[in-house]
Amino acid sequence: MTALKLTVVTAGLGKPSTTRLLADRLALATEEHLAEQERDVDTRVFELRELAGDIAQHLATGFPGPALREALDATTGADGIIAVTPVFNASYSGLFKSYADLLEADQLAGRPVLIAATGGSPRHSLMLDHAMRPLFGYLRTTVVPTGVYAAAEDWGGGTDPLIDRLPARIHRAGRELATLMAGGAAQARREPDLVPFAEQLAALRPGT
Amino acid sequence: MQFGIFTVGDVTTDPTNGTTPSEHDRIKAMTTIALKAEEIGLDVFATGEHHNPPFVPSSPTTMLGWIAARTERLILSTSTTLITTNDPVKIAEDFAMLQHLADGRVDLMLGRGNTGPVYPWFGQDIRQGIPLAIENYALLHRLWREDVVDWEGRFRTPLQGFTSTPRPLDGVPPFVWHGSIRSPEIAEQAAYYGDGFFANNIFWPKEHFQRLIDLYRDRWEHYGHGPRESAVVGLGGQFFMRRNSQDAAREFRPYFDNAPVYGHGPSLEEFTDQTPLTVGSPQEVIEKTLAFRDTFGDYQRQLFLVDHAGLPLKTVLEQLDLLGEDVLPVLRKEFAARRAAGVPEGPTHAARVAERNDAAEQKEGTQR
Repeated sequence: MTALKLTVVTAGLGKPSTTRLLADRLALATEEHLAEQERDVDTRVFELRELAGDIAQHLATGFPGPALREALDATTGADGIIAVTPVFNASYSGLFKSYADLLEADQLAGRPVLIAATGGSPRHSLMLDHAMRPLFGYLRTTVVPTGVYAAAEDWGGGTDPLIDRLPARIHRAGRELATLMAGGAAQARREPDLVPFAEQLAALRPGT
Repeated sequence: MQFGIFTVGDVTTDPTNGTTPSEHDRIKAMTTIALKAEEIGLDVFATGEHHNPPFVPSSPTTMLGWIAARTERLILSTSTTLITTNDPVKIAEDFAMLQHLADGRVDLMLGRGNTGPVYPWFGQDIRQGIPLAIENYALLHRLWREDVVDWEGRFRTPLQGFTSTPRPLDGVPPFVWHGSIRSPEIAEQAAYYGDGFFANNIFWPKEHFQRLIDLYRDRWEHYGHGPRESAVVGLGGQFFMRRNSQDAAREFRPYFDNAPVYGHGPSLEEFTDQTPLTVGSPQEVIEKTLAFRDTFGDYQRQLFLVDHAGLPLKTVLEQLDLLGEDVLPVLRKEFAARRAAGVPEGPTHAARVAERNDAAEQKEGTQR
């Protein structure tokens, strides 16, 4: 069986980046669960920081430069996507949204996506559900049930003994994404066929 | 192979000195440029159509009629005529009238237009762009081919017993190009009717347009108009040249950096690398233009954008002098030398009339 394509898009700005750290952990968890199902996976990671200039230029000109083209193609052609952003001013970062604005809904339809975010405080964790999930819903992707939010304290023991710690959440999310990927969710999407002209014309006849 | 220029008709401040031409200046500059196009031996002048500032050409057939009266050989065309928001009946009438006045030196390029508010200003809905383009053209196509039309559609009041006047010159309608930047539906439409397909080829990398043109050629063959190589393809392009490359880049850079469409984005060097824009010597313009053929196959019409981004008229006329003296003769010779056998020439009224007559004779022959 051909290797599945996993594309990781991370919008962290720091070097090193906590957002990237979370992205890598999620990718690893997904790879492990795919390995259990004896599926090979090719993982590609794109740091939007490195594409920041290209993203701005695409917005200005309407077409991507070569490096950004590669990232966009890898995103729209993936069997599974991991999207991770820091929380800035109560939502995804502007850079992350700018990248998302370059994606077309049709191109992503049906693709499994794992959403995740990092933030300084656990109080922003619902950002995943009020901002990220609707965004990827609009893009017609299949978002896995578990979104992973990592506040600063989650990199230690966390504060709430009654909820799963970060590693458990990462593994749950990775398993969910791996299951959708292995099930061929991305391949199931149908390429839009060219509608023959006679049909386009017929659809416009009055009374139809 | 036909060569020409196409203009957007923007009124843009010259970034090097802050002067902005008046609408009157700009309109007169456009007509001066059109006359210059004939003088240097170009085949085509095409104007855009816009209904909002800072663009002046809201009334293309008026402008083209003026140019027609002062030229002998130039084909007058558009880039584009809005098939979505104009009444197809008025397009049929206006361009047939122009065709008579210009003795057949007229064709037109249909486009949907990308300025959102123009649709509601003309009583339409941008979300219906493709259906409008399809239905309106279906009507336009009939109005030019059937003397009396009964018609009913979704977007316009029905017609009973309508005759569009004047009838097309010699009974042969103006040739139609369909312009599209991204819609396969329009490539399909062009192929279905056996019309031309024009790829703007200005703002995006050539690979983008290659996909659309390949689709158009495939569908052209599918609809039985002939082999895919016989499809009628037009391409845009743009350049700024000086005899010396460095001078071209130095002079054009401020215009590029502040250009309404791509300014404040990539650098001039990145943009020339990634898109069909050439900024350099005539030899570089020749090489890049000839390379279009490698990407898109033999094609019939090449239009260049030369008057935009606030370039002064004097500079534009100098560009046209260079085009006529250094570039055009070489392009004509080289394209002709490389052209595969059986590839059609660019469409002209005379050739289309002859073709129609041949077809009629052949039919008569078989009937006998």
